[in-house]
Amino acid sequence: MTETSLKTPDSRKMVLNMGPQHPSTHGVLRLELELDGEIVTGVKPHIGYLHRCFEKYAESLDDYSKVVPYTDRLDYVAAMSQEFSYALAVEKLLEIEVPERVEYIRVIMAELQRIASHLLAVGTFGLDLGAFTPFLYCFTEREKILDIFEKASGARLLYNYICIGGLMKDVPSDFKSDTQNFVSTFRPKIKELNDLLTTNRIFINRTAHIGVLPAEVAINYAASGPVLRGSGVSWDIRRDDPYSIYDQLDFNIPIGQGEVGTVGDCWDRYIVRVLEMEESLKIIEQALEKMPEEGDVREKVPKRIKPPEGEVYVRTESPRGELGFYIISDKSPRPYRVKARAPSFVNLSLLPSISLGSMLGDLVAIVGSIDIVLGEVDR
Amino acid sequence: MIELLEYTIPSTMLALVIHALLPLGFILVYALFAIWLERKVAGHVQDRLGPMRVGGWHGWAQTIADMLKLLHKEDIIPTQSNKFLFKMAPYMLFTASYGAFAVIPFSSAYIGSRVDIGVVYLLAILSLLTLSVIMAGWASNNKWSLFGAMRSASQMVSYEVPTVVTVLSVIVVTGSLNLMTVSEMQTGNDLFGFLPNWLILQNPFLVIAFIIFFISILAESHRVPFDLPESESELVAGFQTEYSGMRWGIIMLSEYADMLLLSLLGVTLFFGGWNSPFGVFMAGPLWGFFWFILKGMLLVFVMMWIRWTLPRLRVDQLTYLCWSVLIPVSFINLVLVALWEMIF
Amino acid sequence: MTKTEEIFEYLKWRFEDANLVYHPANSGQPWIIISAPFIREISHFLRDDMELRFDSLMCLSGVHYPSEEMLGVTYHIHSTRYGYNLVLKVAVNVNDPLVPSVESIWKTADWHEREAWDMLGIKFEGHPNLTRILCPDDWEGFPLRKDYVQQDTYLGLETK
Repeated sequence: MTETSLKTPDSRKMVLNMGPQHPSTHGVLRLELELDGEIVTGVKPHIGYLHRCFEKYAESLDDYSKVVPYTDRLDYVAAMSQEFSYALAVEKLLEIEVPERVEYIRVIMAELQRIASHLLAVGTFGLDLGAFTPFLYCFTEREKILDIFEKASGARLLYNYICIGGLMKDVPSDFKSDTQNFVSTFRPKIKELNDLLTTNRIFINRTAHIGVLPAEVAINYAASGPVLRGSGVSWDIRRDDPYSIYDQLDFNIPIGQGEVGTVGDCWDRYIVRVLEMEESLKIIEQALEKMPEEGDVREKVPKRIKPPEGEVYVRTESPRGELGFYIISDKSPRPYRVKARAPSFVNLSLLPSISLGSMLGDLVAIVGSIDIVLGEVDR
Repeated sequence: MIELLEYTIPSTMLALVIHALLPLGFILVYALFAIWLERKVAGHVQDRLGPMRVGGWHGWAQTIADMLKLLHKEDIIPTQSNKFLFKMAPYMLFTASYGAFAVIPFSSAYIGSRVDIGVVYLLAILSLLTLSVIMAGWASNNKWSLFGAMRSASQMVSYEVPTVVTVLSVIVVTGSLNLMTVSEMQTGNDLFGFLPNWLILQNPFLVIAFIIFFISILAESHRVPFDLPESESELVAGFQTEYSGMRWGIIMLSEYADMLLLSLLGVTLFFGGWNSPFGVFMAGPLWGFFWFILKGMLLVFVMMWIRWTLPRLRVDQLTYLCWSVLIPVSFINLVLVALWEMIF
Repeated sequence: MTKTEEIFEYLKWRFEDANLVYHPANSGQPWIIISAPFIREISHFLRDDMELRFDSLMCLSGVHYPSEEMLGVTYHIHSTRYGYNLVLKVAVNVNDPLVPSVESIWKTADWHEREAWDMLGIKFEGHPNLTRILCPDDWEGFPLRKDYVQQDTYLGLETK
């Protein structure tokens, strides 16, 4: 029994269950809505329908490297970023440095993953607003990235490619040309997307001034990623707390400026993602240029990883925001505690604060603009 | 047509039944084709091919296969629903669209009923659609269905006003409510010596009227960007949420029939009905049917094209567009059309 | 004041009763151990102090230490203005796991604290709605405790 159903019903209001099976909750999110006609007067997110207790798994496995495939399944549309983050955390615990070539490949993979993930986010956002076609345009491009991943790792969704101390195996010989090819063909596609969706009058009407998230609220809720940057806060862990080789690369941090509405509305969160894709292309180009042609892709790590006693909190900029891994080691080969700080989990928690008073159609837009992945929310 | 049937078929009753069933056969064939076309249009707009396998050539038999599948499906009726209304609603929905075809002049030789109040009858029958949709939404006993039905009611009632006013602007020009007479008035290619006598070319303000009319019929037939009653990303499937199998198939059928009906009304009122664009060339009863359907399908195609291009409006923007933009403009336009008619 | 040690010294003379302990780390970041009842007060100070401005709670994690019969909470906080990071820790007895809630200071703690309650059974005093978040409301036990035994059936279904 939920709390709302126990209250005396207000005859003018309707309690509506949106989800867990609903086309635009992006998975199994359930929102308990209280509606006054079309106006949303109460939102209560219920999560956990996809909960499988990743943390318990991680603490029960007898090897640090066995956790990597499970991290893939957190944010299943950006698996590379999850592996990357987890590998960085364990490497920091072990205090090992990985070969330079590995760093570059990891960054390229992470940025390709960011583009793939943002394409999905932007496409499904359009879908939520009734624009079906941009979704498939985005998917076409995403497929090309998945092809590159498939050539390298053999998988298209859950790669298990970045491992502790390096990579599972070296990239194929045509990786560089494939990626360059993708970068050059993708740039014009962003313009196409802008023509089709970004500047569409109806799209702007549906997203501008909707779900405005002020910067202070965003920070207080510890929002991160495009949700925070959409509110005009220039904060990106790749630049402000750099990891791997991001400090050697040159890129901008796009922020929401309220070009068509208020700073921090749905359109701003959307446009930040679009602009970030272009920045990712820049990063990929630079990294491809600087990447050493030859080299080992695996640092010598002991077969059985036994980190010294200690704990680390490592955060990286995943496509959805700050992805943190808090790992405690007790000198055994089994992680004592693994906590995943999932950006979607935190970003979703601010949904009630920005959606009250909006319309049902707006709520769909707001959920879409936050871009949650339930695998990561529920872990 | 009816004379021909009565002449060839011995029983008058049977002849009348066949005469009445002709549009039904046509609608069924059209719906199969239109659903296939929709998927092909969607496919090509989205840079893919759409159905390609069933039947061989470009998957032409895909909808037939889908229909067979729908017929095989279990007929699910929610236990808490109002069963009678729930079962009735799809039939009523289809009956309303089908009934409206009675006054559509398919060619110079065929019209279901040559009544003098054709346009009024058509618009009145169309209002039944609203009723059926509310019936379906209420009887389902599902909040999403009810939500969809309510949206649909407000939308259709609102958009009926600009539709009626734009139709009225045409009536001001033609002076007849009989759609056959309206079509006959547009015969010939006298305009500037070569242009067909279509109403849209006769009066510049009728162009504006047509644009408003087209927007309104998009809304009346629940097409994107006005597909709020069934917007799948907001309301799951709106008033059809609880329907499945062939009952859902009938709703679908009537939706496509609506699209065609309103497009054909537009063709009759603005684009010369069954008249050939080349004067007497390629004209005649059978050619008339061909031209009429071709023009109608072109409008249907535009509707599909729009559907796969635009996002959806929000419910308040939808009503704003109707009450604050379309209705005032259509009223002013009506006066201008009438003035133009008086002066020229 | 970029280092944990400096912040520790800064805090120490202000909160003498809070038994602040500085803990150096082998790897990663050192942390400050705080007596549990003071966490809200100190958090409030850390957020509002002009020189610190820890306005963002990055992560809140519960940890179970069965050997010491303790439940711990780790706070990773961050100052977006100055770019400092700080790790705070509190520990409470497993039989009486009461920790003041910091939900009123950092809104993000709302769901994090509910998660810690759900997974480890740490009670956050002053939390407006401390209910299970990831597990069903009628789930038994706290899964992330090291001595957790999964219930055999849930709503008549076998769980193993």
